[in-house]
Amino acid sequence: MKKIINAVDQVENQMVAGMVKAYPHYMKKLDCGNVVVRAEKKEGKVALISGGGSGHEPAHGGYVGKGMLDAAVAGTVYTSPTPDQIYEGIKAIATDKGVLMIIKNYTGDVMNFEMAREMAEMEGIKVDQVITNDDVAVDGSLYTVGRRGVAGTVFVHKIAGALAETGAELEDVKAVAQKVIDNVRTMGVAINPSTVPAAGEPGFHLEDDEMEVGIGIHGEPGTHTDKLKPADEIVDILLEKILADIDYSESDVAVMINGSGGTPLMELFIVNNHVADVLEEKGIHVYKTLVGNYMTSLEQEGFSISLLKLDDQTKELLDAAADTPAYKEA
Amino acid sequence: MDTAKVLDVLNAIGAKIEEQKEYLTELDNVIGDGDHGINMARGFQMVETKLPTLADKDIGTILKTVGMTLVSTVGGSSGPLYGTAFMKAGMTMAGKTEMSLEDFIQCLDVAIEGVKMRGKAVQGEKTMLDAMIPALDAMKAALTPDAAPKTILEIGVGAAWEGVEYTKTIIATKGRASYVGERSIGHQDPGATSFSYILETISNCL
Repeated sequence: MKKIINAVDQVENQMVAGMVKAYPHYMKKLDCGNVVVRAEKKEGKVALISGGGSGHEPAHGGYVGKGMLDAAVAGTVYTSPTPDQIYEGIKAIATDKGVLMIIKNYTGDVMNFEMAREMAEMEGIKVDQVITNDDVAVDGSLYTVGRRGVAGTVFVHKIAGALAETGAELEDVKAVAQKVIDNVRTMGVAINPSTVPAAGEPGFHLEDDEMEVGIGIHGEPGTHTDKLKPADEIVDILLEKILADIDYSESDVAVMINGSGGTPLMELFIVNNHVADVLEEKGIHVYKTLVGNYMTSLEQEGFSISLLKLDDQTKELLDAAADTPAYKEA
Repeated sequence: MDTAKVLDVLNAIGAKIEEQKEYLTELDNVIGDGDHGINMARGFQMVETKLPTLADKDIGTILKTVGMTLVSTVGGSSGPLYGTAFMKAGMTMAGKTEMSLEDFIQCLDVAIEGVKMRGKAVQGEKTMLDAMIPALDAMKAALTPDAAPKTILEIGVGAAWEGVEYTKTIIATKGRASYVGERSIGHQDPGATSFSYILETISNCL
């Protein structure tokens, strides 16, 4: 294992500390653990909290700021944060309008967030939740706990965050978050695995001429290992699954080409070149495209494609102002 | 069983988990993410440090504190599951300083409901429930007004280990073990195993 770290057991702490030192005007860290909240608490709006294991930077701390999240909770690498941490985050950001938890569909994440919610409700805080499950790769196959929540979650942060910023009610913010979840699909591929610092060994093994198709964001197995193919053919494989899952024809979509951490932007743009062509051919109108590292898996080499089907409301909210370290919209 | 005895039992459970730490982790390595023993041991170590401060508390408070401690230190899925089990038992025992056999069975009953609710799981999915539910059923069936607690507990322990054997024959459909699908057959569930050690330890303390 070759990494730029000081000590395995300090990876998460030092990462969060470094992030807060980089963006003090956006966020501050709570004393109770690796929980970051907006530098200035904003009253009169539904407060949004998300989180999960570390290793997905800039998710989720990078999305704390105006028009997106109010708090992000970071567990150890690839492991859910504990309920007490999440609860402290909820308490710190709670307003009269309530709190919405945005949870990625992983067994541990769902359980820990739901426990935190119960603790907060006992204190009289109004809390509701949505669970993202955009990954089309694993539906009903290996993952019987349901589809995983992956990069499409960032669209939920953006759109629900924009509506919350207007002072909308909790039910409405939840409804639009759920609308995004219902209309976003993602699928990913990896050509090289990541190594969890505490494990010291890569999560899986691929030969030089192989790729893992349908990968999650914690190096879990995908649908299958395949021979490495040219970028355009990989795109075709991923898009075929995504486009088969919901009907995108004639609609406006937002596209996210998300890097897994170790893949250069050059390759992500090569991917987008073909994604854009295929969508145009199929009569699907690209309204907005995001290319970059939005939800990573440490140094894993790979990418995912997310397609969000838009309507007038979600277009407007996608275009609304956002100012966070990792996502800005003027 | 009085408060002091409950604290003794909890200490004994911690020692048992520590003793079986590597075995539980090995079991988890095959079908899960290989940290069950390590995580449980970390949780019960923290419990052990808190027990001396609970000597003058009621059993409900003690069990609730154990639950909260496990939730905040174990992490992953085992933390919320065992934490919920102990917290639910704690609510049942609120204010009490003596625990009868009936109380214990009631605790196990609410703990199982808590685990089902938290894990959205039922029996037969290769989880700790496959040891917990047979143990409860066997104890309830054997319960008579003059039954000796140790006898009843031993019956429960036997049923729990039979449940562990049963988990070898079924496919995991919950949690990370569900990733390996049919490859989980032939391997016992680490959570069912750790529960059986806990029940066995309680029985041995009587």
